[in-house]
Amino acid sequence: MKEFAQRALNTAGVCRASYADVRVVDYHQRYVSTKNGQAAGVRDHESLGLGVRVIADGAWGFASTDDLSPDSIDRTAAQAVEVARASALAKKHDVELTFEDTAVDQWESPCRIDPFTVPVSASIDLLLKVDAELRRVPGVTLAEGAMDFRRIEQWFVSSLGSEIRQLRTQTGVGYSASSFGDGEIQKRSYPSSFGGQYQTTGYELVEQLDLLGHAPRIAEEAVALHQAGQCPQGVKDIILGGSQLGLQIHESIGHPIELDRVLGDEANYAGMSFLTLEKRNRLKYASEIVNVVADARPAHGPGLGIFAYDDEGVPAQETPIIRDGLFVGYLSSRESARAVGLGRSSGAMRAEHWNRIPIIRMTNVSLQPGAWKLEDLIADTEDGILMETNRSWSIDDRRYNFQFGTEIGWEIKGGKRTRMLKNPSYGGITTDFWNSCDAICGPKEWVLWGTPNCGKGQPGQLMGTGHGAAPARFRQVQVGVAYGH
Amino acid sequence: MGQATVALRNFGSAESLNHPMLTRQHALELFHQVIRYSTADETEALITSNRYALTRFANNSIHQNVTEDGLYLSVRAVSDKRMARAGSNKLEEGSIRRLAEAALELAKLQPRDPELLPMPGPQLYRGVDRFYPATAELSPQERAETVAGVIRRAEEDHLTAAGVFSSGASATALFNSRGLRAFHEETLSEFSVTMLGPTSSGWAKKTGANHLELDPVALADRAARKALTAAEPHEIPPCRYTVILEPSAVLDLFGFLVFDFSGLAVAEQRSSLTGRVGQKLFGANVELLDDVYHPLHLGAPFDGEGVPRQRVTLVEHGAVKNLVYARQTARKLGVEPTGHGFPLPNDYGEAPMSIVMEGGRHSVEEMIRATERGLLVTRLWYIREVDPYQKIVTGMTRDGTFWIEDGEVRYGVKNLRFNQSLIEMLSQVEMMGPAERAAGEESFEMVVPAMRVSNFNFSSVTKF
Repeated sequence: MKEFAQRALNTAGVCRASYADVRVVDYHQRYVSTKNGQAAGVRDHESLGLGVRVIADGAWGFASTDDLSPDSIDRTAAQAVEVARASALAKKHDVELTFEDTAVDQWESPCRIDPFTVPVSASIDLLLKVDAELRRVPGVTLAEGAMDFRRIEQWFVSSLGSEIRQLRTQTGVGYSASSFGDGEIQKRSYPSSFGGQYQTTGYELVEQLDLLGHAPRIAEEAVALHQAGQCPQGVKDIILGGSQLGLQIHESIGHPIELDRVLGDEANYAGMSFLTLEKRNRLKYASEIVNVVADARPAHGPGLGIFAYDDEGVPAQETPIIRDGLFVGYLSSRESARAVGLGRSSGAMRAEHWNRIPIIRMTNVSLQPGAWKLEDLIADTEDGILMETNRSWSIDDRRYNFQFGTEIGWEIKGGKRTRMLKNPSYGGITTDFWNSCDAICGPKEWVLWGTPNCGKGQPGQLMGTGHGAAPARFRQVQVGVAYGH
Repeated sequence: MGQATVALRNFGSAESLNHPMLTRQHALELFHQVIRYSTADETEALITSNRYALTRFANNSIHQNVTEDGLYLSVRAVSDKRMARAGSNKLEEGSIRRLAEAALELAKLQPRDPELLPMPGPQLYRGVDRFYPATAELSPQERAETVAGVIRRAEEDHLTAAGVFSSGASATALFNSRGLRAFHEETLSEFSVTMLGPTSSGWAKKTGANHLELDPVALADRAARKALTAAEPHEIPPCRYTVILEPSAVLDLFGFLVFDFSGLAVAEQRSSLTGRVGQKLFGANVELLDDVYHPLHLGAPFDGEGVPRQRVTLVEHGAVKNLVYARQTARKLGVEPTGHGFPLPNDYGEAPMSIVMEGGRHSVEEMIRATERGLLVTRLWYIREVDPYQKIVTGMTRDGTFWIEDGEVRYGVKNLRFNQSLIEMLSQVEMMGPAERAAGEESFEMVVPAMRVSNFNFSSVTKF
């Protein structure tokens, strides 16, 4: 792989690129799913290819191929240069990058049990056992489960002299029970919705989650939701469960801090950001108890956003985003950091595959834990709703106005968790919401949740991001908004 | 001639891409290699090639410019009623052998599925011609020059342009060991532009097989006029309004409904149409069909198993008339397959992916003139399903939302959030325009009209 990358780099140099980097990526994915007592499918997918990114005539060009013959690699590198020259026909200024050191390194993500060595039949057996438990509960009309394993090996070389090999192993697993009846469809998922939990780790994640043990409760809740009260409309204190809060962080903190959005690069598709440059170190983003970091370092935990180096060869970093409620930092690239006068990139450039350019992506954007216990937090809440497990999510293209729905809610009255509520939803304005946060649970309830399919860029790219969160309380939030008239 | 140009020539033209475009003959040769190594009871090869280039601009400058070139083979093996798929772009002979073996090995590790059907045999397909060589070969220089023209249009009005101009070609071959041979190639191009002013924005987008029909400068002009008209937007209270949805907004909403026309989704009771097939669910003026042969549509004339796609009436005079069925679903439900299945194995079954909604005769301008008080919506954003059976979806307006009063567009308004049942919405369609090929960002392309809808439910407002 390294030889392919070096050849492309050399050719880009011969074609007089002023800068070049090359990534050769070997990707392997295995997806196993079950549905209503049947193995729904096993799909194995691999892809090997090379992407060349260059600066020529002061502009960017990128070309990619999966034909790794010497001639093809040469043509692809030359093509990247020619594309860059075409870009220069409509440039306002030359691309400039922050300084970065040369890196020669290797890194592999921690993985105790390689998921590709686990027999497919063992995964299917486990999912079918869960499936049977779910369908044992009368009223469950659809049981679904899946496991998703990914192995991504990448060589990065650049004209700075960097040579970096990284190997990441990711595991995802989850299941759900749906219940149709009484003119509605209700659903419960474990450990999270939309695919479950994803981490940069091995099959040990599957073993840690006690999938089978939670299945009866999940099935019973899916059916019980039909008889539950409708989430009221009005203003209430809410406590968000960890996985829902992870997505709240993703949408209303993680995306706004992407500097390419702030600078307008995503104006046509993913949108911009309300976090304009003058707000850094001035905007009170959240209440004083809120501290958020973007941390790509392996020490942060097995989030989907860990690596040793980003796809520009910048070392993984911990970047403070919100410190004691104050907005202090962006996610940046070498180009965007230079454009706004930052001394160094925060190391957040990531590409989905060999055929995509790196763009600014979240790493692990995490809310630091507080000191509360969930049971104490409930006891401390007079009139509120505990909301768990995401069902819908939406936010405007500058990341102000959001609305979320969850699978299940629990009414809290006088410090007690009382009746179950169905169709919970809440909404608000990002900074108002985060400033209403008055309690965050502690490290024992803090989990690094994975969002495996974050979409951004043109052509579109999916990326996995991590979000550490523990349950937290927000005061006087609009609830029931999704069903309001 | 500079040294760099000489160097480039030595490596070939930038547009002389690495893989030759997949031909039927090349695909057949790859399939024969798969068959040589496969010992499965039945074997299917799905071969796709893709050449794609995209020029992206923002802040009145090209900032990203990319090309890709790929060839991919996936093998579906069936053995003793067990099935799996393995795919790779590593296509040297040893890798193809490994792929054929891997698919079979994975299949054997699964429990038997007694309901698994044998693969289909040879089929007859209706020809579709959706390949434009000039679009397949469009150069980065040509795209850049077009973008430069669009940027000049933005600068005429002190606006900032962002968008994409893309072009490319793809080919799909689906062959199986029972003699099925399906092949399709087409080109695709897209131009999308957002024009930004200090307090407003406007947007326009078009896609098609032939890039010469996109007219990027006209789209840029449309987006610019929207941005200028929307300047200094007013804030209006969220409530139910009469709304005129341009075709892009209609298609992005429909994208959250059409998957419910899957026979398997209804059988599994995860569709909003569960228990409602045959009922008059929508207004009598709603006519919806799936027709891959419509002249404005792209796509192959066969589905993921190689079954010929049929034209299916989904909604007639407001009544849910038909669903679509993959072979396996059709067998289960005792009906005929319609050619809408996804490649096997999959979790979803099938879906209509070539939606056509019969339109009306009213232009958007006529709808505006006929509206006393209401909103004109250019596009929608971040639509998500809130309730799967009532089919409530939420989302935001974006890039050009206007207040209409006494038959005229008066001013731009700050963007609004909606929570709206699509079933209810399609019972409240008052006027429609001619159906056109529409493109958005939340769904695949459809042929749908602009429409005026009464009592569209807006629930909150944002700050811009």
